[in-house]
Amino acid sequence: MNVPTELRAGVRDVLPLFLGIVPFAVVFGVAAVDAGLTAAQAVGLSVFVFAGASQLATLDLLARDAAVPVVVLTAVVINLRMLMYSASIAPYFRSLAGRSKAVLAYFLTDQAYALSVARYGTLADAEPSGVSDRRWYYLGVAVSLWVVWQLGTVAGLVLGTGVPDSWGLDFTVPLVFLALLVPAMKDVPTTVAGVCGGVVAVVAAGLPLNLGLLVGATVGIVAGLLAERGRR
Amino acid sequence: MTTSYPTTTVWAVVLAIGVLTFAIRFSFLALFGSGSAEGRSGAGETVSPRIRAVLRYVPPAVLAALVFPAVVTIEPTVAETLSNDRLLAGAAAAAVAWRTESVLATITIGMGALWALQFLL
Repeated sequence: MNVPTELRAGVRDVLPLFLGIVPFAVVFGVAAVDAGLTAAQAVGLSVFVFAGASQLATLDLLARDAAVPVVVLTAVVINLRMLMYSASIAPYFRSLAGRSKAVLAYFLTDQAYALSVARYGTLADAEPSGVSDRRWYYLGVAVSLWVVWQLGTVAGLVLGTGVPDSWGLDFTVPLVFLALLVPAMKDVPTTVAGVCGGVVAVVAAGLPLNLGLLVGATVGIVAGLLAERGRR
Repeated sequence: MTTSYPTTTVWAVVLAIGVLTFAIRFSFLALFGSGSAEGRSGAGETVSPRIRAVLRYVPPAVLAALVFPAVVTIEPTVAETLSNDRLLAGAAAAAVAWRTESVLATITIGMGALWALQFLL
């Protein structure tokens, strides 16, 4: 079989990222068992949503019986960043048919976006790669991530059913968020956003409907914007 | 803690988040038609600068709002608050996250520290 070069390149480039994705997915599976979801619901989240941070936050809020609109709104806020990815990657795929673009959109993640745009940037200098090459590379990255995400979810479901609560595996959830948070605080305004959002979320933890997370996040975003303005 | 929502409600939540997340992902990919006048250099220019400024702070603010309450438990005294197992383990994990930026290393050190504090000390 003739495997397109760019598909192979995508799979090769995404391999090192599995080291971060596999534990993330396993943690999600374990947390889904803890939250009382059925295996089908957990896999349903991984298939229909396919966005780790929002999936974990959804479990957290469902386990605490947060109001349904709060659960949905929180997940949407977490995934809003993908508007940027969609806008940024769209020009590379503009000549494709709508249905193809819908398929690519479904697979869009932080990692697929970052690797693909980096690849297209370097290719544009040397040789102009066609939309077909770009799509193969993107699919190589994105579909690999998807498969690993689903397998990791199932592994976590199996592990979560077998490990007693006393091990405190629920603590792996904030640890995953922590590993994502630290690199996200890369300058003064983003650090201000993080610290303010976190502190307010602790103070607001007792708010009704589990609104503490949304309130903390909103205050953090505003604080980041103010800090940015203050530096100009 | 486990959810007390019935199966159908959980499925409704899963599907609602799935549909809305897909809409976010597809948004600009769908808008950018082949007849669009904007060139390749216009990438990202379609999101207004104001919205982009807000979106920049979504990840740190949301992630911190998820992490802090899971790690910090307010106790009656400052000493009790600061000597909490999860806070100490979280601090160790934060240091590792900062040095390595590795999810696996952060989980390993964080869980190792938690177990050490709970079982050994």
